[in-house]
Amino acid sequence: MERWTKKIAAPSLPETTMQTLDTAVTTDYDVEKVRQDFPILHRTIYDGRPLVYLDNAASSQKPQAVIERIDAYYRREHSNVHRGVHHLSQTATEAYEGARAQIARFIGATDPRQVVYTRGTTEAVNLVASSYGRAHVGAGDEVVISTMEHHSNIVPWQMLCQEKGARLRVIPINDRGELCFEDFEQMLGERTKLVAVAHVSNALGTVNPVRAMIEAAHRRQIPVLLDGAQAVPHLKVDVRALDCDFYCFSGHKMFGPTGIGILYGKEHLLEAMPPYQGGGDMIETVTFERTTYNSLPHKFEAGTPHVAGAVGLGAAVEYLEALGLDAVARHEHDLLAYATDRLSEIEGVRLVGTAAQKAGVLSFLPGDVHPYDAGTILDRLGIAVRTGHHCTQPLMQRLGLSGTVRASFALYNTRDEVDALVAGLHKVMQLFG
Amino acid sequence: MNVETIAAREQDIIDEFEMFDDWMGKYEYLIELGRSLPLIEDAYKTDDYRIHGCQAQVWLRAALQEGRVRYRADSDALITKGLIALLVRVLSDQPPEAVLRAHLSFLDRIGLKEHLSPTRKNGLSAMVKQMKHYALAFSQAARN
Repeated sequence: MERWTKKIAAPSLPETTMQTLDTAVTTDYDVEKVRQDFPILHRTIYDGRPLVYLDNAASSQKPQAVIERIDAYYRREHSNVHRGVHHLSQTATEAYEGARAQIARFIGATDPRQVVYTRGTTEAVNLVASSYGRAHVGAGDEVVISTMEHHSNIVPWQMLCQEKGARLRVIPINDRGELCFEDFEQMLGERTKLVAVAHVSNALGTVNPVRAMIEAAHRRQIPVLLDGAQAVPHLKVDVRALDCDFYCFSGHKMFGPTGIGILYGKEHLLEAMPPYQGGGDMIETVTFERTTYNSLPHKFEAGTPHVAGAVGLGAAVEYLEALGLDAVARHEHDLLAYATDRLSEIEGVRLVGTAAQKAGVLSFLPGDVHPYDAGTILDRLGIAVRTGHHCTQPLMQRLGLSGTVRASFALYNTRDEVDALVAGLHKVMQLFG
Repeated sequence: MNVETIAAREQDIIDEFEMFDDWMGKYEYLIELGRSLPLIEDAYKTDDYRIHGCQAQVWLRAALQEGRVRYRADSDALITKGLIALLVRVLSDQPPEAVLRAHLSFLDRIGLKEHLSPTRKNGLSAMVKQMKHYALAFSQAARN
């Protein structure tokens, strides 16, 4: 049985954020102004209730700038990319490749060639598992993941290991929801071919010590893939400073469109990897005898891509950069600390995941009330939270839970919304108590 | 044995819910119904009786007694349990053929239709399907 402290200190900011914050202490962050940028936040649900959207870890809402960019693209710029000599094809290609360059800059990649468009984090992980994994992982080899991974960063490796007769090793966590670093280090060995871990946990909000993990892995020449889906909307990510080998994230969790995501990879790794899918755009020449492949990043982008998605993601990056991720991180840290304090005050509420470094996520159990019941009542009160296992069933098993209620924050959430959640939870506890 | 038709039982429930003019009252009543549902013995809360693929765990048993299907069901979530209580009340002790024909439109009339949606992950739509599977099996067994 785990022991959970009822009241805990507010989580401290992740290291990477702290460094940048020192220079940005005076930044005024006007959350009400930010909210004006998001049309959906102004709608009401059910009997005219204002929407309190606290399910951002599942998907974030879209600012006007992203919606308008996609609209403008389809109205004025759309055609297929990389093909036609005609004007519109060139406009579309410029928009598509321009967004790639923006995204590369945003994550600190040295070259847009290192940035591959995918459908999302899941496809990015699958791409690496299928291409890099199949080429480098053999019978008896090991892939290291952690207990707190999202199913998207478990199943592709499990499939690879099954196919190759390799072994999946899992880094344990402590009761606060932090990775056991020593166990991780001891796990790294001759047979370890890859480490794949979450930068930030989607279910607990834990910010993992990825810089130190990458260093430890690199000392043994083991490449590291980071699942950054829950990091990119909350912290400044610099793939060069991290020195990660692969970094995966989704557009829709960072205020961009659905159906678009990114795989960043070090150039020499991507260059050496075989293609993932075959088809148009990824080829150089095709004969029935033999096909030669296109150069990076197009080698990994078979078929007509999600151009509007890429362009929309570019607009989301622009939006985030204009707000400044330092200011965003500061605002969210304040909000998470406030929410942690307020929820701890509710009799019977148990926080799940009390890591020292957290971002964006507050998972909890409302006493003996089933998360599904709590979620249903909160929903009727206009509050959107996620309930259940959050696509982390092995983590829930480790914690001895069938699920939690998860409130996850974004740059547009307010203290008033936290108060609404707290009031809603009081109602829930009263109804089911 | 309660021999009212499914339609009559549905109407009773619709009348009961009409007493509440807001959703909170309905949910309070639903939770109360859930609390009063006869429990499934723990011995039957096993994988064999569990309806899979839902956030809320749901267990269902059925037996044929004197030509009528008798259901017993349970859930670890109270709202789900309340809805189960309604479904059991409507469908239990009915002939298998009547269960198979039931549309359960009362859930729509009492404003709780969305809970039957297969995307809801509360196990209810899967439970209704399973209730009908039992009824189908019993009606075929009776014919053979």
